[in-house]
Amino acid sequence: MDFSLSDTQQMLRDTAARLIRERYGFEARAKILASADGFSRELWATFAELGLLGVELAEEHGGIGGTFQDLAIVLEAFGRGMVVEPYIPTVVLGAGLLRAAGSDAQKAELLPRLAEGKLFLAFAHGEPKSRYSLTHVTTTARGGADGYTLDGAKAVVLGGDCADYLIVSARTAGKPDAQDGLSLFLVERGAPGLKIRGYPTVDGTRAAEVTLQGVRVPRSALMGPEGGAFPFIQQASDRGIAALCSEAVGNMQALNEVTLDYLKTRTQFGVPIGSFQVLQHHMVDMYIAHEQAKSMAILAAGRADSTDAPARTKAMSAAKVQIGRSGRFIGQWAIQLHGGIGTTMEYNAGHYFKRLTSIDRTFGDADFHLTRFATSDAA
Amino acid sequence: MDLNYTPEELAFADEVRQWVRANLPPETRERVLHHKRLGKEEQVEWQRRLHAHGWGAPRWPKEYGGPGWNSVQQHLFDEVLSEEGAPQALPFGLSMIGPVLMAFGSQKQKDYYLPRILRQDDWWCQGFSEPGSGSDLASLRMKAELDGDEWVLNGQKTWTTLGQYANMIFLLARTDPAAKKQQGISMLLADMSTPGITIRPIITIDGEHEVNEVFFDNVRVPKDHIVGAPGMGWSYAKFLLSHERTNIARIGRSKSELTRLKKIATEETVDGVPLIQTPGFREKIAAVEIELMALELTNLRMIAAERAGQAPGAEANMLKIKGSEIQQTLTELMMEAVGPYALPFNPEAREPGWHGEPIGPEYAAPLGPDYFNYRKVTIYGGSNEIQRNILAKAVLGL
Repeated sequence: MDFSLSDTQQMLRDTAARLIRERYGFEARAKILASADGFSRELWATFAELGLLGVELAEEHGGIGGTFQDLAIVLEAFGRGMVVEPYIPTVVLGAGLLRAAGSDAQKAELLPRLAEGKLFLAFAHGEPKSRYSLTHVTTTARGGADGYTLDGAKAVVLGGDCADYLIVSARTAGKPDAQDGLSLFLVERGAPGLKIRGYPTVDGTRAAEVTLQGVRVPRSALMGPEGGAFPFIQQASDRGIAALCSEAVGNMQALNEVTLDYLKTRTQFGVPIGSFQVLQHHMVDMYIAHEQAKSMAILAAGRADSTDAPARTKAMSAAKVQIGRSGRFIGQWAIQLHGGIGTTMEYNAGHYFKRLTSIDRTFGDADFHLTRFATSDAA
Repeated sequence: MDLNYTPEELAFADEVRQWVRANLPPETRERVLHHKRLGKEEQVEWQRRLHAHGWGAPRWPKEYGGPGWNSVQQHLFDEVLSEEGAPQALPFGLSMIGPVLMAFGSQKQKDYYLPRILRQDDWWCQGFSEPGSGSDLASLRMKAELDGDEWVLNGQKTWTTLGQYANMIFLLARTDPAAKKQQGISMLLADMSTPGITIRPIITIDGEHEVNEVFFDNVRVPKDHIVGAPGMGWSYAKFLLSHERTNIARIGRSKSELTRLKKIATEETVDGVPLIQTPGFREKIAAVEIELMALELTNLRMIAAERAGQAPGAEANMLKIKGSEIQQTLTELMMEAVGPYALPFNPEAREPGWHGEPIGPEYAAPLGPDYFNYRKVTIYGGSNEIQRNILAKAVLGL
C-alpha cells in the first residue's frame, strides 16, 4: 500500500500545474471558448512539447512509456483548469484504443503523429438510442475481402468535430444488444458518406453527431479482430471513467477552494458569511465529498489497466457512483453558497458545476453505475 | 502509487487470522457475529489471551508493551479481528486513559496502571459528560476540592458506558472554581468502590443497559490521583478525544456488518425472490458498500500520511462523521431487510446461553434494537455537528 507519487508523477504534476496556472486562467479560457475551434491548437502544441500527449505511449511512438496513474495526474490538473482541449477523446480513448486493438502498422502510422500534436481522434461508439449501454450498436459494417461498408449513426461523439480519424464501432454480426459481433474501424475525416455535425456542449467542450451512409473503408481500417471488439470497447469505457474521475477530483478541489474563499470574503449582516454555522456545515460536507471522491479516483486510476475485466468494471462503477454523487453535491452546493453570483457566466463557479454535471452524464451516470455495481458478479 | 498490500503485509494479516481462529472461543465468535450480549468475563478473557500473545495493545509503543506495529499493520489487525468475530477491544483503558497516562501521567501511575490495562485487571470507565454538559463539555460543574491529602469529589456524571462493570473511572472535575471555563478543569482517577459513589443504570430505547449515571457525594480520593498538572484537564481531554477519533470510524466492523446484511438479504425473500436481487434494496446495499469502500481508502490515505510523518489532524474527524453514518445505514438496512420480524421484542434471545425457540428467523432478534441503539453513534464521541464545527474551524479556517 503506497500512495506516494513517483518522480515521473511529481514531474507531470508540476508541469501540468504550471501550465494551468500560467496559461489557463479564467479569462484565457473564456477566449479559447469563444474561438472558432472552441479550443486552442496553440496550447495543444504546447501539450505535445511538454510530453503530455505521450504519457502512456511507448518510446518508439514518441511517448514516455508511463502508466494510467501517470496520466491521471495530468487529468487532475486539467480538471482544476477546466481544460477544454480534446484530451480525453484523443489521448485517453483514441490512443488507448489504438494501443490495445490497433495493428502494428496502425500504431506506427498514427501514434507518433498523435504524440507530436498533429492528430486528433474520437471514439464514435454511443448511438441515439443506446443511452449508456456498451452493446447497443445498430451501426453495421458489411463487407468482405476488399473492405467494409458502414451505415448508421453515432451520438454525442466527444471531440468528434475536430477528429482526423473516428474510431467507429459497428456490427459485423449479431443482434443489436449482443456482445459478440462488434468491430472497430478507423474512419478518416472526409470519407465519402461520413457526416460530422459538430456542436458545443453545455460545459464548453465540443462533440458531434455522426452519420455514416455507405462509408467505404479498406480491410486495413479494421482495428482488432472482426466481431471481437467488445473487450476493447469495455476497456475504453473503463479508461474513460477513470479519466473523468481524476478530472472531476481536480475540478471539485478547485470549486471547493473558490467557494471557501467566497465564504471568507463575502460579508452580509456585517460579518463574513462563513461565520454562519449552517454554511460551515455545508462546506464541511463538500470537503468530505471531495476527499471520498479522491479516494475512489485513486482506486479507478490504479485499476484502469487491469486485465481482470469483471473486477475492473466493478471498481469503475463504484468510482463513477462516488464521483457522480460527490460532483452533484459539491456543484449544487457551491452555487447555493455563492448565491446569485454563482449563476452567472462571468464567474467561474458555475463553469465548474457545468463540467461536473457533464461528467456524470458521460460513460454512465451514478444511477446507471449503481445498478451495474449491484448486479456485478465480481468479488 | 500501489493500492495493493505488500506480500509482507498480507502474510501479517494471515498470521493474525490463523491465530485468532485458533484462539477465539467459538461461543464468543458466535455471539459477536450475531449481536448477542457479551459477558464481562468473555471480554476480559479475550483481552488476556491477546495480551499473553503480545497483541494486547496494538497501538501502544513497544516500551509500554505494544507490539511496535506500523499503522498499516494496526489497520489490518483491526480488520481481521472484526472479520473473525472477535470482541471489540474496550476503548476506555487502551485508547483513552492509557495514552493520556503515557503522555502526562506520573511515573508511578504509568508503572501501576498501564500493565493493569494490558491485562484487563482494571475495567475503566469515562466520567466526562454531565446532565448539563454534553456538547458544551467545558461547562461541567463537578467539583474536586483539596482537603489535606485528598480530593473531595461532588457532582454527577452521565452516559458512563459499561460503568456497571468498571472498577476505575477517569473523570473531569473543576478544581479551581475561580478560573475561567476550560482552565479550572483537572483530570482525576477514582476507584469505583470508594464510599460516596453510586451508580444508576440508564436503559436506552433498545431496552439495553449500556450506559449509567454516576453520583459522587463527598467522595475522597488520594491527592496523587490527579493526572498531570491541576487545571490542565481540558487539554488532556482533547488529547484523549483525538486518540479515540482515529478508531471511531469502525471500518473493519462495518465491513463485517455489510457481509451480514448481504446474508440476511439473501435469506429474506419478496414474492419468492431473494431481497438482495430486488432492484430497490440491492441498490441501497450497493450505495453503502461504495461509501464504505471510499471511506476505507480515505482512511488508508490518512494512515499513509501518518506514516510519512504528518500528525493526524482534524481531517480525521471526517472518518468519525462518515463512519458513523455508514454504521447507521447498515443497522437500518438490516432492520429493513427482516421486514415485520423487526417487530418482536425478545431481549432474552440475546443472552449468552439462551437456547429458546427464536421468533422468526434466528438472526432477527437484535435487528430492531440495534437500529435504535445505533442512533447513538452520530451523537457520542463529539456529535457529528460538533465534528463539523471542528473541521470548519481547524481545517477550513472558517
